[in-house]
Amino acid sequence: MDFLNALVALLNFVIIPATAYGSQLALGALGVTLIYGILRFSNFAHGDGMALGTMFVILTTWGLQAAGISFGPLPTALLALPIGIALTALLFIATDRAVYRFYRRQKAAPVIFVIASLGVMFVYNALTRFIIGPDDQRFADGERFIISARDFREATGLAEGLAFRTSQGITIVTAIIVVAALFWFLNKTRTGKSMRAFSDNEDLALLSGINPERVVMVTWIIVAALAVTAGTLYGLDKSYRPFTYFQLLLPIFASAIVGGLGNPLGAIAGGFIIAYSEVMVTYAWKKIVTYLVPETMAPEGLVQLLGTEYKFAVSFVILIIVLLVRPTGIFRGKAV
Amino acid sequence: MKKMLLASVATLGVASAAFAAGHGNEVKLGIALGFSGPLDSLAPPMESGAKFAIEKINETGMFLDGAKITSVSGDSTCVDAGAATATAERLITAEGINGLIGAMCSGATGAIVSNVSVPNGMVQISPSATSPALSTIEDNGLFFRMAPSDARQGEVMTDVIMEQGVKTVALTYTNNDYGKGLADSFAAAFEAAGGTVTINAPHDEAKGDYSAEIGALASAGGEALVVAGYADGGGAGIIQAALDTGSFEKFILPDGMISDTLTDAFGADLDGSFGQIPAPAGDGAGVFAEMVGDAFDPTSAYAGESFDAAAVMLLAMQAAGSSAPADYLPKILEVANAPGEPIGPGDLEKALQILKDGGDIDFSGATGVELIGPGESGGTYRQVVVEGGEFKTVQIR
Repeated sequence: MDFLNALVALLNFVIIPATAYGSQLALGALGVTLIYGILRFSNFAHGDGMALGTMFVILTTWGLQAAGISFGPLPTALLALPIGIALTALLFIATDRAVYRFYRRQKAAPVIFVIASLGVMFVYNALTRFIIGPDDQRFADGERFIISARDFREATGLAEGLAFRTSQGITIVTAIIVVAALFWFLNKTRTGKSMRAFSDNEDLALLSGINPERVVMVTWIIVAALAVTAGTLYGLDKSYRPFTYFQLLLPIFASAIVGGLGNPLGAIAGGFIIAYSEVMVTYAWKKIVTYLVPETMAPEGLVQLLGTEYKFAVSFVILIIVLLVRPTGIFRGKAV
Repeated sequence: MKKMLLASVATLGVASAAFAAGHGNEVKLGIALGFSGPLDSLAPPMESGAKFAIEKINETGMFLDGAKITSVSGDSTCVDAGAATATAERLITAEGINGLIGAMCSGATGAIVSNVSVPNGMVQISPSATSPALSTIEDNGLFFRMAPSDARQGEVMTDVIMEQGVKTVALTYTNNDYGKGLADSFAAAFEAAGGTVTINAPHDEAKGDYSAEIGALASAGGEALVVAGYADGGGAGIIQAALDTGSFEKFILPDGMISDTLTDAFGADLDGSFGQIPAPAGDGAGVFAEMVGDAFDPTSAYAGESFDAAAVMLLAMQAAGSSAPADYLPKILEVANAPGEPIGPGDLEKALQILKDGGDIDFSGATGVELIGPGESGGTYRQVVVEGGEFKTVQIR
C-alpha cells in the first residue's frame, strides 16, 4: 500500500495530460458548436483552419524570435497569438464571403454547406502545406517546466516523479479565461445576445432588426479566436504538424456532439469527457494498482483496456453510443 | 498488306531484342531502389555508389574481354510490393539485365525475391535490406545482401545491455517491418540470455503526442527503455515524453536512433544511454571516400554497400567468365570471402587480372564484405554511448 505514490502517478500520467488535452479539445469543440448553432452546418474545415491559424502564429513567433523579442519564461507564441487570430479571422471572413454567403442566399440545405466546407478544408490543407510544409515545426520556447519530475522527486523523496509542463499550465489557464470571456460575451453583451437570438430563431431575429451579416461576421471572428488559440496551445503542448490537426477533427466533433451540438456548455463537457476517456481507457494501470493493493495481489499483466494505437477508436465508440442512445447529446443540443 | 507490314515490323522487333540479349559485348545491371517513399533521400547516393563501381570496372577495359557494362535504374519504392514487383519484372523482361542490385527496403526486397528473381532465375543483391525474415526466404540461393540481418543486431544489443548489468527493459518499436523485426529478434535474444522484457509495444510515426505510449511503458517499468525507432520521427517523440514525465532516464538506441539530431535535441539528458550501429570493418571506407571525392556523398547510409554489391556481382561474372546468372551465381561467395588475395575498393583492376588468370580473391570493398549463412553480411557494429551530450564510440564488435 502506497497511496501517495499511486496518487502522484495518477496525476502525472492521467489527470494532468487529460486535463490539458481536454482543454484543447473543448476550445476546438466550442468553435465547431458555434458554427453549428449560428450558421447551421458542421464545419469540416475546422481542423485545417486550426492548422492554418497556428501556422500564422508560428511564422509570427519566428519573426519575433529573430527580432530578439521574448516573453520571459512564457512562450513567445502567446505574444504572436493576437496577430495570428487577426489574420485567421480575415481569412475566415473572406472564405465566408467567397463561399458560404452564396449558399446562404440560396437557402441551401445543410448538407450542401457541409460539402462546401469539405472543399474549403482541402484548400486550407493545401495552403498550409504549401507555405510551411507537412513536417514537424518547433516553436515552443521559454521555461519548459513549472515542476519537473526530477525536482519533484528530490523535494518529496517519493519514488514517482510529477511533471507539470509550462505548456500544460498555460493551456488550462488560457482555456478558463477564454471560456469565461466567451460566456460573458454571449450572455451579457448586446452582440452576444443577438447571436443567441439568431441561433434560436432566425426569422424572429430578422424581424426584430438583427443584421444577419453582422452576426455571421462576429461568429467567424470568435471562431477564429477559438480555433487559433486551441491550435497554438496544442502545438505548444504537443507538436505542430498539419496532418495531426486534420486528425483532431474526429475527437473535436465527438466532443461537440457528445455535449450536444450547438450548446457551448456541452462542448466543454464533451471535450473533457473525450479526453479523459481516451487517456483512461488506453492507460496501463499496472503501476497504480501495484501501489494500491497488497504485494501478493500485484497484477502480472498491464491492466490496460485498449492498446494506445486505438486512441482514436475511443472517440468513435463514444460518438456512436451517444448517437444511438441520446442523439441530442448530454446537454440537449440541436437535433442532428 | 497492312497486316503483313505490321507482322514484319513485329518480327523485326523481336529479332532485334533477341539480338541485343544475345550480344556478348554488353552487360547490363538493373538497379532497383526506393527513389520514392519514406527513405527516398538515401536512394540517389546508393545509386551513385553502384554506378561508381560500374564506372571503375569499365575504366579498366579488362572486364570479360572488353565487354561494356551499362546500368538501368528503376523505382522499387519502399513499401509498395506491387510497384516493386512490376519494376523488377520490367528490368528483367524488357531491359534484359544480367543481374539485379536492390531493393532498398526489406518489404520491397522480399516481394522482388519471391515474385521476380526466383521465377526468372535472376541473381539479386540488396545493399540495405535488414529484415530477419530475408534470411529464411525461399530464394533458391539467388538472393544476397550486403547488410546484416537485424537478428544479428538483436544479439549484439543483448550483449551490450547485459554487460552494463541491465536485466529488465521496456521495449517500444516503430510500427513497420524494420521496427517489428528488430524488436522481435531483440526480445528473443534478450530473454534467451536471461533478461526480462516488461512490455513490447509499438508506436506510430508522426503522432503529435506520445504521452499515452509512455504511460503504458512507464507502467510496465524496467531499468531502461529500448527505442527501436527513428531519430527524426517517433523515436525522438518517445524520448521527449519519457524525459518530460520522468519515467525513464536511460535509453538503449539501435541503429535508427544513432543520429546527431537526437543528441542535438536532448543533449546531456541522454548521458548514460547507449546503443550500436552497423559499421564498416577495416579501412575500406576511407579509401572509398577518397576515390569518390565530391562526386556524391560516400558516407551516406548504404552508399558503400551499394558499391560493394555491384562490384561483387561484376567480379563474380569475371570469375565465371560469363554474365549469365546461372554461371556466375556459384562464384559470388568465392569472390566475396576468403581465401584469396584481399581486395580493397581501389584494387578492382588487380582483382580483374587475378580472376582472369584463374586466381582467387577475397573482396572486402568499402564495407569489409564477408558473407555468412544464406549470403548476408555478418555485420560488425560500433558500440556507442552518450557522454556530455554526444555519441562516443566505445568499441567495434
